[in-house]
Amino acid sequence: MTTSTTEMPTAGYGASFLRGLKSFTLLRESWVGMVGAFLVLFWITVAILAPYLAPFDPNSSIQPFAKPGIEATKGGGTFWLGTDHIGRDILSRIIWGSRTVLIYAPLATLSAYTLGILMGLAAGYRGGWVDDVLSRIADIILSFPVLVLYIIIIATIGASGINIIIAITFASSPGIMRIVRGLVLDLRNRDYVAAAQTRGESDWRVMLIEILPNARGPLIVDACLRLGYVIITIGVLGFLGLGLPPPDPDWGGMVNETRQMAMAFPHMTLFPCIAISTLILGFNLLADGLREISLRD
Amino acid sequence: MVMLVIKRCGFMIFTMIVVSLILFMLLETDLTGDPAARVLGQFSNAEQRELWREQHGYNQPLMLRYAKWLGNFATGDLGESIRFKGPVADVMLPRLWNTAILGFWTFAVMIPLSLILGVLSGMKEGSKLDRSISVFGILTTSVPEFASAVIFSSLLVFGLQWLPGTSSMAGGFEFKQLILPALVLIVYDFGYVARMTRASMAEVMTSQYIRTAVLKGLPYKSVIVKHALRNALIAPFTVIMLQINWLLSGVIVVEFFFAYKGFGALILEASLNNDIALLEACAMVAVCVAVTTQTIADIGYTFLNPRIRFS
Repeated sequence: MTTSTTEMPTAGYGASFLRGLKSFTLLRESWVGMVGAFLVLFWITVAILAPYLAPFDPNSSIQPFAKPGIEATKGGGTFWLGTDHIGRDILSRIIWGSRTVLIYAPLATLSAYTLGILMGLAAGYRGGWVDDVLSRIADIILSFPVLVLYIIIIATIGASGINIIIAITFASSPGIMRIVRGLVLDLRNRDYVAAAQTRGESDWRVMLIEILPNARGPLIVDACLRLGYVIITIGVLGFLGLGLPPPDPDWGGMVNETRQMAMAFPHMTLFPCIAISTLILGFNLLADGLREISLRD
Repeated sequence: MVMLVIKRCGFMIFTMIVVSLILFMLLETDLTGDPAARVLGQFSNAEQRELWREQHGYNQPLMLRYAKWLGNFATGDLGESIRFKGPVADVMLPRLWNTAILGFWTFAVMIPLSLILGVLSGMKEGSKLDRSISVFGILTTSVPEFASAVIFSSLLVFGLQWLPGTSSMAGGFEFKQLILPALVLIVYDFGYVARMTRASMAEVMTSQYIRTAVLKGLPYKSVIVKHALRNALIAPFTVIMLQINWLLSGVIVVEFFFAYKGFGALILEASLNNDIALLEACAMVAVCVAVTTQTIADIGYTFLNPRIRFS
């Protein structure tokens, strides 16, 4: 009896890992999902290989106001996407900017998910006053227009990488909590939950090991969508001047710094916009593909 | 039904009170840093700060200050704006009106468009038309507002020179200046409403009474228009009301980008200039609008849905 209970979770993990792999091979059947996966993998590769791909240093001022495709007058090399108003190479900034976005967005999403899942599990599984209190808190936070909430939080605690993660966690965990709560309400009456309870397992063990893995399908799809949305948020905060402090490249911030010159030098703003849009599109298409596949099973 | 209305309105008031408390704690207390330092800037000395605190009554007990602040709010005294050197209400009202105009035109185009697209793709789930519309919707919602603002303005303003690049309305109201901001908001938001309409329509289309209507030989058109639409449009009603909440976020970006003198730009200005009184008032108004529309959405949904109304 004891051996079977300790072995079961590991066997379950192996099987679920295999199933996870299988659903990624299933992605081949949905061309929308494939395009999304390609875009996401493309940017992840760019972010990892940034030091090797970027032709120039992203923060050093080389030659201001160069149009795309112009050769550098000193030191050689080509500004494939031009340079900005203080002479930084835009291609290099976009490449290094992908790192910024692909570090902060997953971190913020992960942190929001951790809090949201814990709150959702507690609310759905315990019910009663725990559920009431947590749901009311979620209702109140969700009644703020999101960007107003971000602006107030960033205005009071200041703009920095950590604070952006805190703000995103605060603003999006209630939404995740609601989803998890709904899934738990559906799952908590299943036989395997009752079995675990009869075995005398602790509440948190039941929640995290019995219920959570079975709720993963909709959560993975939601996480993909939310990652896209968090990238939008980071971009918008950068664009409004509330994002990461300069000089390190950040796509939203690049648009903010150069938009006054968009009339004469549209390349300065246009390319960061295309970069951020393709990354978000990648996550959204991936989510759509995954949803399509999960509905088919 | 009456109980529901009372309950929802009660919760609305409760939310507003909690929100006011959160705002007060965040902006008016030492919890997140000295408010005097925030207003006077980081280069002010301790003496100046102390004087400011004394003048503005910041040395009184916390509860008393909150009660006073809330009382002033309830009676319409929103305080003075530091940035605009005048009463907050005088600054805010014209801005709210401008945003209402922008919001009206955005909704006037976006709602019919997204409902039509949603119904068209929900009518035949999985059809080519359905797939194209949903992929198009994903495409447009993937481009953040500031990016589509850049793309549209480089296309329509700098490229084709059809539209003006700013919407500051410096020489009086001009409809032409409203087109770009509204277009950006429509393009970003319509995909979501269309998607929700599609889901609702697709669900109705698989229901038994639609099958009956088709099987008894009614023309397809009248099945859609007379039977399906009525029920399929209940859920989108809620989504549209909740969209006002999203619009409030969207207008901040769009108004900032196009220098439109609206409410969204005002919130941002208040926050960037540490104009506490203005920021509080704007945030309260924004939350009030959001909560009111959510309440209307809830009550409206119950009222429109006969299954809930009569049970």
